[in-house]
Amino acid sequence: MASEVEKKAVFDIDSAKEVVQELRASFVAGKTKDYEWRRTQLKAMLKMMDENEPQIVAALRDDLSKPELESSIYEIAMLKNSCKLALKKMKHWVMPEKAKTSLATFPSSAEIVSEPLGVVLVISAWNYPLLLSLDPVIGAIAAGNAIVLKPSEISPATASLLAKLVANYMDSSCIKVVEGAVPETTALLEQKWDKIMYTGNGRIGRIVMAAAAKHLTPVVLELGGKCPVIVDSGINLQVATRRIIAGKWGCNNGQACISPDYIITTKDYAVELVDSFKCELERFYGKNPLESKDLSRVVNSNHFARLLKLLDEDKVSSKIVYGGERDKSNLKIAPTILLDVPQDSLIMNEEIFGPLLPIIMIDKVEDSFDLINSGTKPLAAYMFTNNKKLKEKFVEKVSAGGLVINDTTVHLAEPTLPFGGVGDSGMGAYHGKFSFDTFSHKKAVLYRSFAGDAPLRYPPYTNGKLRLLKALLGGSILGIIRALMGWSKA
Amino acid sequence: MEKSIAELRETFKNGGTKSISWRQSQLKALLQLINQNEDSIFKALDQDLGKSPVESYRDEVGVLKKSVTYTLSCLEKWVAPKKAEVPLLFFPAKAEVMPQPLGVVLIFSSWNFPFTLALDPLIGAISAGNTVLLKPSDLAPACISFLVETIPKYLDNKAIKVVAGGADIGERLLQLKWDKIFYTGSPRVGRLVMAAAAKHLTPVTLELGGKCPAIVDTLSTTPSKAKVTAKRIVGGKWGPCNGQACIAIDYLLVEEKLASALIELLKKTIKRFYGENIKSLKSISRIVNEHQFQRLVNLLKDPNVADSIVYGGSVDEEKLVIEPTILLDPPLDSEIMSEEIFGPLLPIITLKNIEESINFINSKSNPLVIYAFTEDETFKKRILSETSSGTVTFNDSMVQFLCDSLPFGGVGQSGFGRYHGKYSFDTFSHEKSILHRGFYPEIEPRYPPWTDFKLLFIKLAYEFDYFGLILLLLWFKRS
Repeated sequence: MASEVEKKAVFDIDSAKEVVQELRASFVAGKTKDYEWRRTQLKAMLKMMDENEPQIVAALRDDLSKPELESSIYEIAMLKNSCKLALKKMKHWVMPEKAKTSLATFPSSAEIVSEPLGVVLVISAWNYPLLLSLDPVIGAIAAGNAIVLKPSEISPATASLLAKLVANYMDSSCIKVVEGAVPETTALLEQKWDKIMYTGNGRIGRIVMAAAAKHLTPVVLELGGKCPVIVDSGINLQVATRRIIAGKWGCNNGQACISPDYIITTKDYAVELVDSFKCELERFYGKNPLESKDLSRVVNSNHFARLLKLLDEDKVSSKIVYGGERDKSNLKIAPTILLDVPQDSLIMNEEIFGPLLPIIMIDKVEDSFDLINSGTKPLAAYMFTNNKKLKEKFVEKVSAGGLVINDTTVHLAEPTLPFGGVGDSGMGAYHGKFSFDTFSHKKAVLYRSFAGDAPLRYPPYTNGKLRLLKALLGGSILGIIRALMGWSKA
Repeated sequence: MEKSIAELRETFKNGGTKSISWRQSQLKALLQLINQNEDSIFKALDQDLGKSPVESYRDEVGVLKKSVTYTLSCLEKWVAPKKAEVPLLFFPAKAEVMPQPLGVVLIFSSWNFPFTLALDPLIGAISAGNTVLLKPSDLAPACISFLVETIPKYLDNKAIKVVAGGADIGERLLQLKWDKIFYTGSPRVGRLVMAAAAKHLTPVTLELGGKCPAIVDTLSTTPSKAKVTAKRIVGGKWGPCNGQACIAIDYLLVEEKLASALIELLKKTIKRFYGENIKSLKSISRIVNEHQFQRLVNLLKDPNVADSIVYGGSVDEEKLVIEPTILLDPPLDSEIMSEEIFGPLLPIITLKNIEESINFINSKSNPLVIYAFTEDETFKKRILSETSSGTVTFNDSMVQFLCDSLPFGGVGQSGFGRYHGKYSFDTFSHEKSILHRGFYPEIEPRYPPWTDFKLLFIKLAYEFDYFGLILLLLWFKRS
């Protein structure tokens, strides 16, 4: 094995092992368990963001052409809020929770104690490279773990910046950033972690879980899916349209796991809806959206080609009713709306993750629920309606990670709601206290005393003991008295 | 088999398991099944494992009855959506978390508590509104026959099915797509289950095992406490299926100077509970089969290990019986000290100072339970904060299993996920977040084109700085 002095050019399995060993030593020494350490790290993270906002905005612009507002708000401000919440609430989160005890274990007292899992791996995605890297890290720190963060190589400027900033502001003996691509990630996945959190797509999610299985490591997978939007009539169409636009093109130009992927509306309403979109889109992005500064670009040429493939498929390209323009050199595709694409087209069978919005038409709004449930479960589902019964049906019938009625994506900002998927959109959840919980082991503790040792627990086993045991487990005082008196049957 | 599973999926899709009344009716039917067939259950357990009716009631029948009754009394509460707080900024809005069934779930259960480990997860899955395929371990054949025959008579066949078979059936089942897999068993198979689940992104709960230690620090208190300690140790080792339990005490840690006193107490207690010797053994289960018997006998083959036996050691291959056996300081690198014993052999490891037990336990992988018999409050705190395990029980053994309000599950190599009580319901549910918004008021700064004003507005909004927002609006309005 290479000595510590020799700096390795390549991050391989041995490097990964060394990193884990170092972090495990720090964890075992109790560094990360210390409450003050956790507070210091979270404060350092806040400072890190306060003092480096322009650099962060610049890196996000490099990687994604992300508009300053999106960077400031959806990445930096959200993170700062998350940090502040953890700093404020951590003292409550770390307290043991009392648990009730029953007659069966009387006399006793019980509690549930939160303890850190140990050394955890956070693998994040490229579309919100700061938020999706540091938000899980906040939870992991609050819960007292040592952490390796592996940011996505598809957003390299942000990944490098993160590596630099974390090394400068946070405790490197307990929190490390490992940059790299597939080989480095594979090396990390070979190691034994106490928890792995992965944000990304289902294909890699399967690989992460299979690697975790070798070490019986629990995982949180934040994946994606096709997030549908059902649009009913009889609503404030302008507000609805704007909120859909804000959630679609306003979120990294549709490259977000909770972006509206496609719309379902009735045949009767479709034309009105399309007109509303055209109007609002122009109001937001102007007549030449390819030149608007308020839209992120498509992240790289791979994704650009992928999106064009979806758009240019024969049976789909004729369905464009707005947009469709593209600028290959700047990796831009204009906000594009398609009406009535066939169900078996490519665009309706994979997560779009881009600025294309298909609209599917149905006869009645109720038909949309079965349509959604016929696909894999998405991370989010949205519905715009004023009809109370439809709202109830939507909530009851549609299975998704999270639902929002009369808006899109905003549930992300709600720390009291668990954020995570179900089925193909993932497993596990985080945000707010759920982040703390996801990186904790909830240890059950039962305190018993020596008083009240019931001989009926122990052999030799007799019918009398059986009677009494039945009564005790049945939990009724009367039953116990009867058993003691010999009045009940064995 | 694929047809059965397709039926389970159809039933779920058609909403057959969603209603509370369906769930309640199934749970009541399960209670009836247990109440009306107690004797057959006792018989099957006696046949497969030599369990006495008291043990069977205490660890299987009684536990299940309690679990169903508790679930029935809490079901409506658990199913109800939980409100979540919403900040003023979102006004008017309503936020809640609603539990939903996951869909079609697969439950693998183990042979040592063939009823509890099959039906207790089933209770959770039903209460959460799922359809279920139950695959019990084939090492408890009489119990499986009972389940295969009786479950269809009481429960909804279209939603709950039992399939018998060995590892090959298990493998075939793992190739299919499930919405959740619940597995109780060994870490080796746990890895295979999780790897198979990974292909379909199926969430899993793994209830595995480990070497559950018992720290003994109460021998030098009062004689009566010492006696109770001994009873609880003996009851916690040989009581549950003769040591063949994930939460059975695996080994003891005690101070050198107290070792012989401990051994004497244990011997007396064993004799009183189970009989003087292997010929007069009673009130204790047998070893489940030849394979496990040989495995345990092999643990004693190492001469250094055999030399450390201070009580017991006799075996009866025909009856598959190994008498309660105590070993004093077998070599730490022997198999008996590195593998989960899962049988009636109890090593005692002596230490100079009982505090060393913490390091000793930490040198092994995280167990399902740590038992600690001690009245030293400082030591208790150290054990809690310096060791990691699924559960910690002070001054007793096994009873934490009866506590419905405590989550039951492992950490690290002893597994992940948990159940019992509401945790069973949760483990088979997806907690869906729901946010209801109104159309008014509308916050213009949400939308592009972006301006400095909008940036400032949103920054203030995100900090919930309502006062700042008002100032901003006034100032800009004036200009």
